[in-house]
Amino acid sequence: MTTAPPETQGYADLAVLRKTWSSKPRFLGWLSSINHQEIGRRYVITAFIFLLIGGVEALLMRLQLAKPENTFLSAGRYNQIFTLHGTTMMFLFAVPVMEGMGIYLVPLMVGTRNVAFPRLNAFGYWMYLAGGVFLYACALFNMIPDAGWFAYPPLSGPQFSTGKGVDAWAQMITFTEISAMCVAVELIVTILKMRAPGMSLNRMPMFCWSMLVQSFMIIFAMPAVMIASTVFLLNDRTIGTHFVNPAEGGDPLLYQHAFWFFGHPEVYIIFLPALGMVSSILETHTRRQIFGYPALVLSLVGNGFIAFGLWVHHMFATGLPQIGEAYFTAASMMIAITSGVQIFCWLATLWSGRLKATAAVHFVFGFLFIFVMGGMTGVMLASIPLDLQAHDTYFVVAHFHYVLIGGALFPLFGAFHYWFPKFSGRLMDERMAKLSFWILFVGFNLTFFPMHWLGMIGMTRRVYTYIPGLGWDHANLAATIGACVILIGGLIFIINALRSIGSGARAGNDPWEASTLEWEADSPPAPYNFPNLPVVTSRTPLWTPPAERPIVVGLREDRREILVTEVLDAQPHHRSVQPRPTLWPMLTALGFAIGLAGSIFYFSSYYVASVLGMIGLIGWFWPERPLEVEG
Amino acid sequence: MNQSMWHASGSNAAHIRELAIVFGLLLGVIFLIVIGLALLSLRRRHRGIGQEPLEGSHHPSTTTEAKLRRAVSIATGITVLILLGLTILSVSVGKTVSASVAPAGSLAIDITGTQWWWKVHYASDDPSRILETANEIHIPVGRPIAIRGNSEDVIHSFWVPSLQGKRDLIPGRPTLEWLQADHPGEYRGQCAEFCGIQHAHMAFWVIAEPTDQFNSWMDHQLQPAAEPADDEAIHGQEIFLKSACILCHAIRGTIAAAQVGPDLTHFGSRKTIAAGTLANTKGNLAGWIADPQNIKPGTHMATVALQPAEMQPLIDYLESLK
Repeated sequence: MTTAPPETQGYADLAVLRKTWSSKPRFLGWLSSINHQEIGRRYVITAFIFLLIGGVEALLMRLQLAKPENTFLSAGRYNQIFTLHGTTMMFLFAVPVMEGMGIYLVPLMVGTRNVAFPRLNAFGYWMYLAGGVFLYACALFNMIPDAGWFAYPPLSGPQFSTGKGVDAWAQMITFTEISAMCVAVELIVTILKMRAPGMSLNRMPMFCWSMLVQSFMIIFAMPAVMIASTVFLLNDRTIGTHFVNPAEGGDPLLYQHAFWFFGHPEVYIIFLPALGMVSSILETHTRRQIFGYPALVLSLVGNGFIAFGLWVHHMFATGLPQIGEAYFTAASMMIAITSGVQIFCWLATLWSGRLKATAAVHFVFGFLFIFVMGGMTGVMLASIPLDLQAHDTYFVVAHFHYVLIGGALFPLFGAFHYWFPKFSGRLMDERMAKLSFWILFVGFNLTFFPMHWLGMIGMTRRVYTYIPGLGWDHANLAATIGACVILIGGLIFIINALRSIGSGARAGNDPWEASTLEWEADSPPAPYNFPNLPVVTSRTPLWTPPAERPIVVGLREDRREILVTEVLDAQPHHRSVQPRPTLWPMLTALGFAIGLAGSIFYFSSYYVASVLGMIGLIGWFWPERPLEVEG
Repeated sequence: MNQSMWHASGSNAAHIRELAIVFGLLLGVIFLIVIGLALLSLRRRHRGIGQEPLEGSHHPSTTTEAKLRRAVSIATGITVLILLGLTILSVSVGKTVSASVAPAGSLAIDITGTQWWWKVHYASDDPSRILETANEIHIPVGRPIAIRGNSEDVIHSFWVPSLQGKRDLIPGRPTLEWLQADHPGEYRGQCAEFCGIQHAHMAFWVIAEPTDQFNSWMDHQLQPAAEPADDEAIHGQEIFLKSACILCHAIRGTIAAAQVGPDLTHFGSRKTIAAGTLANTKGNLAGWIADPQNIKPGTHMATVALQPAEMQPLIDYLESLK
């Protein structure tokens, strides 16, 4: 484990390396894979399938609302569909897709071979998949939640939401939060302890910074929602506790506090990785180092902290004491400062760079337009008097779709086009990509811009229909047409992606002449990522002349050895051996899934979960026979 | 019929509208500037910043960087100042608008949200001036009204955009807001917090009248229900009192005294039925009584078994309760 100057590079024996790091063949091998590329890809693909499902749900809602007193959907069905839409988009699409991107990209960006805890990574994915399948399997048996994605008690309590729908919702949260916690832990350790030698914290790519901050946010935010949905709500519903039941002295506002203590940071959990993506795309396409790296990093970290101090702005209408409300107004305004700094830095990058307007850059401009507008309405919602009018109306629906679609989905689409060559080895068709961008951009604004107006003229959220004569008809029709336009744009994107996988132009390792390490790996990367781990000497390693880029030698190739480095300056510390692929994480997840799913019917299923889970963990941690005794 | 915050008719709503205009214009201009700057960057040559040979160094010259740093710092400073100003403005407006204490001399009305209609209770120190009604709130113009909110089941939210922002009605946790109508008029409101299957059909009307008109309305409402005048209505009353209607509804002056559904003592004087869902006409009422689940699926209003011949007298009776 030394760093060798280029002329004495020891070349790895690629055949041995490939054999060591490859997953096992065939179906069982697929199930037992612990490779971060495969798991990351599964996350992204699964999440996109949920995006499609959530999108279809959105379209159904828009069809129902196209005209007043429409009877396309019944009241009950509509309420189920908007609950599923919000739940699917937040828990089964937005967070997992960002995590998937992180799992795929972070080890490549920091120059290592896999994530820190590869079996935990596989376990996290299976838990996520089980949660999503569980929710929709329940839906097939008409156990569909209908109390909204936020499930406020007492409406979501046992008295007012009978049936198993809300239980399925609450337990699905447990699945996805376990998964999110797994990913957060892995990514934090991967980023802090497995960076390539020389990649001190101030040389880390912006995307890794954003995933690091996001992962810490997950660790602090997700337990709050588990307290709300599992401890409070599910226990109230299944074993008769009264945490949030006002009839027995419980407090429904307690639930709201716990939920939004998670729910507001959740928005930034979704949105911070997107900021990292924007920075990556801009740095590459402007041909210059991103402007204001320290300011960007600090504002990311600032966002991470401030995001935990805003939750009450979801509760202004509950009539909390004014002095507290004023604090939350100020905090909500404050996050506009850090977000502003980021926008200014990107503008400065754009102004001083040489822009290549690829499809990815189109999506970044779409992001700037939509997200900045969402930010402006966000400032309006931070003001208590304005919020008291706009709260729970379509104005808020417009606002958060501007922030989430603009702030996360457009950068994600940009990132998808940008990293597609890395995932697949092929380029996406640029003309089709730009076409899909313009259709999505126009469709998005046609759908959501009129909603600002609808909210101000009194249309409340979560209504399955509305009476004629309130002046809401035209704007609703426009929104429905816009939703159909979005569908067309989405289809073009899907067709383009599928076609390009098969027949896109070969990309090569580095089609964009980018700056960060993932572009040094093959496209798609070999199972070991890099033949020799890179050594980093600057913030933009690939823009450093190759002669000045040493590599790491001395790692063994016949077992899964990785290099562990220091937290701050990434000095090599020791070698660590990673476990081999195994079915146990999948089996453990299956055991927990059976127990958790059963628990909404029989409390005793928790015992099943603990026994099956324990068996799984024993198998998981069964000591492996070492290849040889270390000398 | 409108339910818009732009049609402000009370001081609170007017303050909020002014605030919305200030915020909207200022933030709109900032939005245009930011987008303008982004689009201008697409031009090949920018004022003051030359295109530099980035290949190789990937780093603009120090002078360019210094210029950009200055611009970003100034923009950040301006952002901070603007947000500070907006915060101060917002908090000072909020002090009156979202106060949870009503001004002195206000009229207190208890609003209780329940799935999916509004119980309206005019409080008074004089027991003979306590009034119970539903879904239609008459208020005197120019006098502050204290809305004391509560809920019997799930969380609802009371909202009349023309008069005031919303306030949640939370079971077991009374809330308060105050509003005032400066002009006579009829203002529509609607439940704003998702409260179950018929959340969409939980509307109400606030009717602001000059004080003497309000007082005479009040005096009239305090009277027990009018005795049925003609044979048809007398027959209708008999039908009402012997059917399941009295298990939920009250008509003061009769034996019907249940508190589960809306008080029907002066039902005929109200604008709408089923919480703002239908105009109060005989035809609509017949449809509503015959099949409430058709008009408001999931409503707690029971379908009462009536003979076909009983419908007309019952409707005549209910509509005669002016």
